[in-house]
Amino acid sequence: MSKDNHMSEEILSLKGVVKSFPGVLANDHIDFSLKKGEIHTLLGENGAGKTTLMNILYGLYTPDEGEIFIDGQKVIIHSPADALSHGIGMVHQHFMLIPNMSVCENIILGNESKKRGLIDEEQATGRIETLSEKYKFSLNPGDMVKDLPIGMQQKVEILKALYREATVLILDEPTAVLTPQESEELFEILRSLKDEGKSIIFISHKLKEVLEISDIITVLRDGKAIGSVRPDQTDEGHLANMMVGREVILKVHKEKMHKGKPVLEVNDLTVFDRRGVSVVNGINFNVHSGEIYGVAGVQGNGQTELVEALTGLLPFVSGEVIIDGAKIEGDNPREVFERGTAHIPEDRHKYGLVLPYPIRDNLVLCSYYHKPFSKRLALNFPVIIEKSSKLLKEFDIKASSILDITETLSGGNQQKTVVARELGREVKLLIAAQPTRGLDVGSIEYIHKKIVETRDAGCAVLLVSSELDEILSLSDTIGVIYKGQIVKTLSSEEATKEQLGLLMAGILEKT
Amino acid sequence: MDVKKIFKLRAGYQDLLIPFLSIITSLVIGAIIIYASGANVYAAYKGLWQGSFGNARTIAETFVSTTPYILTGLAVAFGFRCGLFNIGAEGQLYAGALAAAYIGYAWRGLPHFIHLPIAIIAGIIAGGIWGAIPGYLKAKTGAHEVINTIMMNHIMIRLTDYLVKNPMLDPKASVPRTAYILKSAYLPKIFPGFRLHWGFILAIIAIFLIYYILFKTKVGFEIRTVGLNQDAARYAGMNISKNFVLAMAISGGLAGLAGAGEVLGLNYNLPAAFVSGFGFDAIAIALLAKSNPFAVFPSAMLWAALRNGAGLMQVRAKISIDLVNIIQAFVIMFIAAPNIVRYLYRIRAEREKAGVLLTKGWGQ
Ligand SMILES: Nc1ncnc2c1ncn2[C@@H]1O[C@H](COP(=O)(O)OP(=O)(O)O)[C@@H](O)[C@H]1O
Ligand SMILES: [Mg+2]
Repeated sequence: MSKDNHMSEEILSLKGVVKSFPGVLANDHIDFSLKKGEIHTLLGENGAGKTTLMNILYGLYTPDEGEIFIDGQKVIIHSPADALSHGIGMVHQHFMLIPNMSVCENIILGNESKKRGLIDEEQATGRIETLSEKYKFSLNPGDMVKDLPIGMQQKVEILKALYREATVLILDEPTAVLTPQESEELFEILRSLKDEGKSIIFISHKLKEVLEISDIITVLRDGKAIGSVRPDQTDEGHLANMMVGREVILKVHKEKMHKGKPVLEVNDLTVFDRRGVSVVNGINFNVHSGEIYGVAGVQGNGQTELVEALTGLLPFVSGEVIIDGAKIEGDNPREVFERGTAHIPEDRHKYGLVLPYPIRDNLVLCSYYHKPFSKRLALNFPVIIEKSSKLLKEFDIKASSILDITETLSGGNQQKTVVARELGREVKLLIAAQPTRGLDVGSIEYIHKKIVETRDAGCAVLLVSSELDEILSLSDTIGVIYKGQIVKTLSSEEATKEQLGLLMAGILEKT
Repeated sequence: MDVKKIFKLRAGYQDLLIPFLSIITSLVIGAIIIYASGANVYAAYKGLWQGSFGNARTIAETFVSTTPYILTGLAVAFGFRCGLFNIGAEGQLYAGALAAAYIGYAWRGLPHFIHLPIAIIAGIIAGGIWGAIPGYLKAKTGAHEVINTIMMNHIMIRLTDYLVKNPMLDPKASVPRTAYILKSAYLPKIFPGFRLHWGFILAIIAIFLIYYILFKTKVGFEIRTVGLNQDAARYAGMNISKNFVLAMAISGGLAGLAGAGEVLGLNYNLPAAFVSGFGFDAIAIALLAKSNPFAVFPSAMLWAALRNGAGLMQVRAKISIDLVNIIQAFVIMFIAAPNIVRYLYRIRAEREKAGVLLTKGWGQ
């Protein structure tokens, strides 16, 4: 990476920016400066204040204090339109596209060039095509946005900013929704934009990619700017420490396993997905108490449906499942729950939480119906409040009270809420699907610690994850799933990443 | 009951501001239309006010109309809480009226304290069954409740007409209607000389009861969970089908009670010419109240005032009664239209504050 071309002029800076929301100081006297032609990363855990700072720069929030300078001039940005007139474009964490409109319409929306009162779509299409070609976006202006994959939608957002001639591009966690290949493509685009002299503010909490793409990294923590470093002067461990504010254990510590009797026995289980396609094809495995059994596999090999069947969300087609010595009927989440099973679902927004509920209600979402949480027909609020307050503290969920709406929590704290609910009672079996997907380093560390604690307490753990590193560091036993079957079971000591990769691709033979 | 907390929890500052502004705005637009039609705006609105709150009698009459509005408004709101769009409150109201009327005139020789409750309960059950049917159809076949409740309305309204003109017809009557209910089934008046009856008290009790069911009981917790996130409800072991049926039954029961109240407290018979319209206005009332049981009260009162004041407004300013309907339509449009659209197409509500939407995302 060239670090010394035209990167000396400062084109934008923020001085002493303060922004508070009820109960949180989201930005606490932050200084930030961006030079021409650089990729400047804002790194921080969820809730550190990255989005807030950028929303201030983009005119969506008014800062309580602080100043913004562009090209050395003090400016006040009232609205996104103001920001655009200063050459600042932003791609939000959540895209702001209209699904039922074409790429072209989305891009020109609010910025239509008119010919005799009519939108000059021809001219717009021409410009979009030129831009798309120049940056190798391969976007077709006529395509409907709703038909495009996420990665392409993101390109539409980027193009939207470029179309408005942005010279500073803000990308808020752009890689959170991308596959590794799509991320690579995005980085290529960012590099070519940078070579052209555009400046980029890149937001992320993923250490590896930050080190790969940035010219300079500014770390935010709890609303404060902790410091700025260049990627060649730092490494993952150091960045993680800056982010979290303490030594982070990127490696999981765990004692030798004390394997007990089998808690989960799966025999010849076949499951169809919701379209009626057989995706789990007579799978067999056992998970013992005190053991973490990791299921490794490429997404789409039946993991999701396996977990859904085991937790009662999908019916069995054939085969049997035994939990703690007794067969279960299936297709009944409460039956599984009452056998002492905890379930951390893959999609916490879909299954795990009712986002508009206060945390309190999510903490009793599965247990509300029995004593002591309810008495006859009525909910027993004193007990519910006591229990949820206890869980909030015990599982270190960062919120001002149990009445905070779950939707307003950061992803990490939302996941902690799910974990608190599921592990905050006596359990014999934990089924955890993608338990750390999309979370920040601090939360990942916390959840890993909890999973190991659960295992050490004598619980059986079934872990399904598409992160190979996670499987390798947590599991005692690894089962590789391929086309709905366990093609190989091995102990984690003997497993290597390379070997697992080949097994997952279906290349190594069954044994 | 921690009423205050619930309001704080669910009714933000904007939830109060927006309905308020839309009422004001629609009154202003109404004024412009009155003015444009050459009538006197001041006289019109003065007529509207006096016709609804001008004296003790008009106030009492406003509460008479508020009663069925509260009950049907609660019915629709309760459905909303379970994610169901109950357009069928009108038909359920008719079912309740029919059952209450029948018990009221046909069951003879019962004392008041038995006859009246039975007639009321019959109304609730009839409405409840009429609501539960589309609920059951949705649960079992996935048939959309909007279509089915509309159909159930048609069936019940026609059925009422038929029954009242045939097997239930009072042969001595000069217009087609059922026989008068017996005194022992009367809902008593609250104040002598005014038509306001105990149905109003029942409606107020229903508000508290529905609040209690929704926010303090297991059933309510399940219904709200199903309404907000069906997947999570299933994950939590709740029975979605059961909750659909139950929510529709309770919703229908409330509308049925409204119908029973009209017969037992006001008409004392069921005429073939019975026209309510309450069940349709109820949709707007529930939307205006954002499905909050307590907010249903002022919302219902507003509708009642507009309905009752319209007559005097028409007389005083010599304008068409349709104007009131136009004002009502504007109120609905301003607050409810985006909600209706969002609801029907199951579009996730976006936050009023852009910031919340922007920061709420995957991995945030
Ligand atoms: N519109 C808002 N209202 C209230 N609190 C908010 C709002 N936006 C952000 N916050 C809070 O401010 C803090 C910083 O949030 P954010 O800037 O989104 O963090 P990041 O983007 O680094 O994850 C968090 O505690 C968040 O809950
Ligand atoms: Mg953010």
